[in-house]
Amino acid sequence: MSKISKINLGLTERFYRSLYRIRKVEEEIARIYPTDKIKSPVHLSIGQEAVSVGICEALRLKDKVFGTYRGHAMYLAKGGDLKKMIAELYGKVTGCAKGKGGSMHLIDTNHGIMGASAIVGTMIPVATGYAYALRYRKSNSLVAAFFGDGAVDEGAFHESLNFAALKKLPILFICENNTYAIHSHHLKRHHSDNIFIRARTYGMPSERIGDGDIFKIYRAANKYIAKIRQGKGPAFLECLTCRWKEHVGPNDDFDLGYRSEDEVSCWKKNDPLKEIGLLLSTATRERIESKVQVEIEEAFSFAEKSPFPSKEKIYQDVFAKSL
Amino acid sequence: MRILTYPEAVREATDQEMSIDPSVIVLGQGVDDPKAILGTTKGLAAKFGPTRVFDTPLSEDAMTGVAIGAALAGLRPIHIHIRMDFMLLAMNQLVNMVAKMRYMFGGSVSVPIVIRSIIGKSWGQGPQHSQSIYPLFMNIPGLKIIAPSTPYDAKGCLINAIRDNDPVIFIEHRLLYYQKSYVPAKPYTTAFGKARILSKGRDITLVGISQMAIECLRASIYLFKETGIRAEVIDPVSLAPLDIDTIARSVKKTGRLIIVDNAWVPCGLGAEIISRLLVESKLKGFVAQRMGFAHTTCPTTPALEKYFYPNAQSIAMKAYQICRPGKKHWRPNTKLKIEEVEFKGPF
Repeated sequence: MSKISKINLGLTERFYRSLYRIRKVEEEIARIYPTDKIKSPVHLSIGQEAVSVGICEALRLKDKVFGTYRGHAMYLAKGGDLKKMIAELYGKVTGCAKGKGGSMHLIDTNHGIMGASAIVGTMIPVATGYAYALRYRKSNSLVAAFFGDGAVDEGAFHESLNFAALKKLPILFICENNTYAIHSHHLKRHHSDNIFIRARTYGMPSERIGDGDIFKIYRAANKYIAKIRQGKGPAFLECLTCRWKEHVGPNDDFDLGYRSEDEVSCWKKNDPLKEIGLLLSTATRERIESKVQVEIEEAFSFAEKSPFPSKEKIYQDVFAKSL
Repeated sequence: MRILTYPEAVREATDQEMSIDPSVIVLGQGVDDPKAILGTTKGLAAKFGPTRVFDTPLSEDAMTGVAIGAALAGLRPIHIHIRMDFMLLAMNQLVNMVAKMRYMFGGSVSVPIVIRSIIGKSWGQGPQHSQSIYPLFMNIPGLKIIAPSTPYDAKGCLINAIRDNDPVIFIEHRLLYYQKSYVPAKPYTTAFGKARILSKGRDITLVGISQMAIECLRASIYLFKETGIRAEVIDPVSLAPLDIDTIARSVKKTGRLIIVDNAWVPCGLGAEIISRLLVESKLKGFVAQRMGFAHTTCPTTPALEKYFYPNAQSIAMKAYQICRPGKKHWRPNTKLKIEEVEFKGPF
């Protein structure tokens, strides 16, 4: 975080608010989860927040994001409605998908959050198609497609990068490389540790940010976004990161033995939330934190009080008009 | 009366909708090549330009996703597969994504895409160029599945599909490309969920899917000319939603039914229609038979392929057995070529 002095304080505050908000929401979900009030498997973003925040702070409201089942951070970082998110996790009709999607399918089109999928890699071509439509309409907006290192194994990843480069589409691909597809290390799945280099071969600029530094992520995003808006075609960012919790659920998973505690603890030592917090005055930090705490309490209370969808809703939204 | 062939009707529907609505785009392998998907996209790339009509990499899965993403952004893509078999490469996007998106996102998105695909047959199409996989899709909620047999319905249904706000799988058949019929010049829509009675009759109901509707029509001519049996031939046109009421009314009248599927029989239209007649329409006491592809892989050699598909003759013989039980074996002498039998209307 050596170059922090060059970044203005407003941005630092925004980073801190967003990182803190995601972390606290996830921690509250983890706390509530054992009560079984949350009717949806949760893939927590704890530890990976900086990627979503660094990218989304560089985007405009009208830009679109497409995500994955580990998508709470992206949803919140892009400005997704917290109340609707928590209600969705509770399976309530007031949720962002009326309770029909759950944690893995968060969407908020008002804030450019175009949905998430539970099937690895499936949103990458959809994001690419959206970018095609933006270019077709000569829009100045762009698409950011988030996915993990597991998605790189899928054919759709390669097919999409090829097409995006071929058509010079306005899309930023973001690989959140947390090393594991569930419990499978990426070097058990890939010959080489070179995801970002592979992207270059399809015909787009690409780089890796290896240390999770949110300022580096933000700067790189800005650099590529400017090029994308100039019509220069897609770009690719591989951001190394670390999932602190188990693949799915609220707990640690070191007992499984597939990774060591040391692997995670070095990321925890450089936790961007802590480091960014130290750049702010105690008063500023407390002001941000207390506001976020109130917002979280309100969101969980909203979810608790909201009704479940009624029986007849089961056939609603299969089609635009029921057949 | 203006007469068009099936591919001319498909082309005209696409051209007219593209002219009316700039959000309609066409993509697929070979859509802008000299053969232009058997003529159905002929001239469209020149007329509407390469951003609206474009060839794709051989990436069926991702290109389906691209069409979905473009539809999310408000475009109305038509994604074309020159063989239906290729759709199997896109099942992830079709089943896991597009069929579910409106629902799993709580109604906050619309995905108005049309997937056109053509079923192959004969000339050695063989195991992987002849498949007809609509029964797989009929099992999935969230998809509309249309398989018109006449040029008139092809145009009306395709325009309806393009204007529809949900994903539509539009199924054509290579041998239907010989069909000609009256097709109005102006754009018109044929609503989904309405079967078409191709021929009136009181003795037996023949329900034919896609090209099998024409085989049934041929069979009905053989039956009437040689035995006096009057078959009512129904083309469901729309497989999902399915117009069971029109079929039920016919079977109530005839008491006899053969469903000739253009696919393998297990879990197909035969099973679906008979079940719904029993359970939903509460029909009793009718005789029913199912026909369809032999339950084996489609052989390439014509020596075996001729046993793979139902045809006018085998359908007529089966109908005769049902209508005249106990009578001695009958085999039709009449032989009409595929292109000799067409539904002439009234539409």
